[in-house]
Amino acid sequence: MSKTDPVIIVIEDDPAIRRFLRTSLHSNGYKVFDAETGKQGLVELGVRKPNLLILDLGLPDMDGVDVIKAVRAWSALPIIILSARSGEQQKIDALDAGADDYLTKPFGFGELQARIRVALRHALRPQDSAPESVFTTGNLQVDLSSRVVKVDGREIHLTPIQYRLLSVLVKNAGKVLTHQQILREVWGPNYQEHAHYPRIYMSQLRQKLEADPAQPKLLLTESGLGYRLKVW
Amino acid sequence: MQDIRPDPDALLARVERDQAKARRGRLKIFFGAAAGVGKTFAMLLAARERRADNLDVVVGIVETHGRKETQALLAGLETLPLRRIDYKGTVLHEFDLDAALKRRPAIMLVDELAHSNAPGSRHPKRWQDIHELLEAGIDVYTALNVQHLESLNDDIGQISGIRVWETIPDTVFEDADEVELVDLPPDELLNRLKEGKVYLPQQAQEAINHFFRKGNLIALRELALRQTASRVDAEMLDYREDHAIREVWQVSERILVCIGPNPLAERLVRAGKRLATSLRAEWIVAYVETPQLQRLPAEKRDGVLRILRLAEQLGAETVTLSSPDMSEALIRFSRQRNIGKIVIGKPSRRGWRRWLFGSVVDTLVSRAHNINLYLLGSPQTRERGAAAPELALFGKSPLPGLRQRIPAKTKRRYLGYLSAFAVTGLVTAAGYLLLGRLEPANLVMVYLLGVIFVASRFGRGPSVLASVLGVGCFDLLFVQPYYSFSVADSQYLITLSAMLAVGIVVSNLTANVRSQAKVAAHRERRAAALYSMSRELGSSQTETDVVRVAVKHLYAEFSSRNVILFPNANGRMAFPAGKAIAESLLGADLSVAQWVFDHNEIAGQGTDTLPGASAVYFPIHGDDQVLGVLALLPVNLRRVFLPEQQKLLETFLRQIGQAIGRIRFSERARSTQMQMEAERLRNSLLSAISHDLRTPLATIIGSASTIAHNPQKLAPQDIVELGQGIVDEAERMANLVNNILDMAKLEAGVLELNKQWYPLEEIVGTALNQLQAQLAGRPVTVKLPPGIPLVLVDSVMIEQVLINLLENAVRYTPAGSALEISAEFGDSSVEIAVADRGPGIPRGQEERLFEKFYQGRQETAQSGGGLGLAICRAIVEIHGGAISARNRPEGGAVFAFKLPLDQPPPEVEPEE
Repeated sequence: MSKTDPVIIVIEDDPAIRRFLRTSLHSNGYKVFDAETGKQGLVELGVRKPNLLILDLGLPDMDGVDVIKAVRAWSALPIIILSARSGEQQKIDALDAGADDYLTKPFGFGELQARIRVALRHALRPQDSAPESVFTTGNLQVDLSSRVVKVDGREIHLTPIQYRLLSVLVKNAGKVLTHQQILREVWGPNYQEHAHYPRIYMSQLRQKLEADPAQPKLLLTESGLGYRLKVW
Repeated sequence: MQDIRPDPDALLARVERDQAKARRGRLKIFFGAAAGVGKTFAMLLAARERRADNLDVVVGIVETHGRKETQALLAGLETLPLRRIDYKGTVLHEFDLDAALKRRPAIMLVDELAHSNAPGSRHPKRWQDIHELLEAGIDVYTALNVQHLESLNDDIGQISGIRVWETIPDTVFEDADEVELVDLPPDELLNRLKEGKVYLPQQAQEAINHFFRKGNLIALRELALRQTASRVDAEMLDYREDHAIREVWQVSERILVCIGPNPLAERLVRAGKRLATSLRAEWIVAYVETPQLQRLPAEKRDGVLRILRLAEQLGAETVTLSSPDMSEALIRFSRQRNIGKIVIGKPSRRGWRRWLFGSVVDTLVSRAHNINLYLLGSPQTRERGAAAPELALFGKSPLPGLRQRIPAKTKRRYLGYLSAFAVTGLVTAAGYLLLGRLEPANLVMVYLLGVIFVASRFGRGPSVLASVLGVGCFDLLFVQPYYSFSVADSQYLITLSAMLAVGIVVSNLTANVRSQAKVAAHRERRAAALYSMSRELGSSQTETDVVRVAVKHLYAEFSSRNVILFPNANGRMAFPAGKAIAESLLGADLSVAQWVFDHNEIAGQGTDTLPGASAVYFPIHGDDQVLGVLALLPVNLRRVFLPEQQKLLETFLRQIGQAIGRIRFSERARSTQMQMEAERLRNSLLSAISHDLRTPLATIIGSASTIAHNPQKLAPQDIVELGQGIVDEAERMANLVNNILDMAKLEAGVLELNKQWYPLEEIVGTALNQLQAQLAGRPVTVKLPPGIPLVLVDSVMIEQVLINLLENAVRYTPAGSALEISAEFGDSSVEIAVADRGPGIPRGQEERLFEKFYQGRQETAQSGGGLGLAICRAIVEIHGGAISARNRPEGGAVFAFKLPLDQPPPEVEPEE
């Protein structure tokens, strides 16, 4: 184990899951500190200088969403939440509060590892510095400075809103964006009632960017939550 | 051998009566001839004895009237505080019924049985309070003077010249469990009176002095003794009946008392009561409403209503017969009911009028051979003064609160009289024009035609007017000397008088026919109303429907807003949860309804209980219990309390009660069936879970323990294999658990649909994305309509439907075979289909597939516990859609579900 190993903090009340996360993450080269309660977790966060937080939403002492808010008050640290199935609203709240990604229990280690990788990569790019001017994923290429979008090297014409939507997704590539977050970023705060707007524009984008819009490879839907631009 | 065992039915009835009595409290009446004989004293003595037996005796109310001996007896007995009632500025003290019911002693003393409560009390009369105490199982001691007995009231009034207004129904006295006669010879009573030991209210001093004459006292004492004796007699008869002493057993006789709208009616009823009591016979009081009587003013008809109510209180059955011929109706009714005796008033017509028009009595005498007639004289002939108060009594409002009157149809009446003038004028004008060309005799015919026209259209009054006017005009214009009422030819006198007579007779006949037709139409309408309600009730499937139908029909028939109240789970009356309809009564008094529900008796306006309430409350019975309460706000009490209306209402209520009972019964049956179904499901669930959970668990535990116990002995590829096995089996279990939880949530109905507008494509895409692994290697085609069709759904759930359908297809079709997803938009729905190229669905299983725990093939390698399709159906159905399965003609199966499109999709602002 080297000093540069990423540090992950796990806040989870179930000892079996905690043990599984600790063992599997440790054997894959991560430095893991775990906490049983939200308060203990916040202490660990302050002490350990972590690179990532894995947070269970169902904690005994406090609401997971409050933990996220507390963290977001001082850090842009990537947060992956763990939640029970069919807790859509809970997930939406957590994502809206600033969580980066989520995993639904039960999950496999492969899935977890993939999410951690994306989150860490995303975090490597400093938030305040200018984003890379050309973004590439799969066969999609977006030049943020010249506003040119290409699929398989072919230039695609997008309307202003379609482009704005795409650029928001690109800026948050790999992250889940909730419907509300997209509405706020693309249309502004006065469009909170028009929940169907993002869906319709996302369909338009898919029809322009995806080979088969019904089986998208890049512009993925997170069922009941929002969208994610897949990073290859 | 003669069978002298007691009649089992009679015995059973007796046992039931005794049982009812055993549950009730016992009523003991201390009965005396007049005030001052010492009833209260005797009552208190008895109470003290009970107290000495350690019984819980409480004094509810006792009037000592300041007598020292009596007051001394009160000492040491618990006394209930009286209730204060502020009535128009004065404070009245009354017996506190609610406190008494709450205190619940073994014996309660409530003096003065005949007392009338202050306005605003629950019951107008104290005997009703006592009735409630008895119903609650409390024994009651009370005191009563003979003059307060309803049936003797009239006689005593005649003997003493003083009428008391506070009376009690004889049934209260008769149903008392014990009557103790408190007797004092008149001389002693007079002595006590002189010594000032008898309490006399100041204001009626003179009348009281008049009352306490020795003759009066002797008569009263005799009445009291006789009344007590007849009670003893009745007890003796009961005893004999019990012990099968048949000799005195009489064939049950029926007495018919016929009353009319006259002051004699009350006396007839009382006489009937006495006769019925002495003969131990059933008695019926009948009122025949002839067309003439229908024309009586409302006050008189209310008088009849009051008498009928009195008769009911005295224990009679009452009927109203509707017929043009009084004697005919009475004879027919008597035959029907096997009546042996008729009590009727003496004929009022005398002399030639009786000879000419006949009388009911005469017809009865000549036609009813096997019926004994009892005639009662009219009081007017004896003493004019006595009739006056009776008349006043007759005119008294029969029901508390019955003061509203229907506004007479004066407009129509004026129209009738105007038309009498008009028709006569027309006929006269026509006759004047034809003068000379028409014989006067024929002119008379034309006038009569006019009279008939008026009679048929406007009834009796206008047509009589037309007759008189006709005769006048005819005389004035067509009989010499013209323009004068004098008649030159005396022949015309006959013409004129015959014309008048014929005109009036025709008027009467036509009017009678009219009113008959009206009565018939009324009856027909009523029968039709009943029929249509029972038909609608019969086709009602839910309690809400029944209530709605009932409220509507009650409103139509009684033109009264009404509401049907049911108790909640705690047995407390509650307002209906559903929406009120136009005919609903709002703001019923729940406390009154509760009383009615608890006591199974009618209450509210126009009744003896809580008459201050604005509505009338009726219990609604099922087969064996009170189901609910009808609150009816009558526009007119007569429409509810007239005997025939009351019977109609009872019929309505019975029908409603039966309908509710029927629905409750079928609901119970249905819920039993549902329980059985749930039980069956639980069993299949248990077997599914035990099998489908245990199998993967066996693999997981086995593999995991192998790794845990022998890590060093295992080759790395063995560990990988075992680990993969654990992952696969655990995922299978997770899938099953998810399905079970989904199904449970769907069935519990706790799921709230989060419906939003989604592009169909997105839902399909998400489902396909989640199944990437399972669908690997299969060609999947998606055929959606062009554009971005939106559907209003809960996307997570509809995705689940697609996922389940696709998983199902993967499970039951050969690996690598093609799948197709398509959607078609109709006018009001969209159909989404998942088609495969597999073996298809076994014939006849298309429906069963969607049942819980049904598995198409008995293999469990990938099973989801047989819940996948059941979940699909549940989800589609809560979206208001339908799901079905069929085989494709070219091979393979199609699972398709339709979702309704009942709202236009939202617009998107176009981009400029």
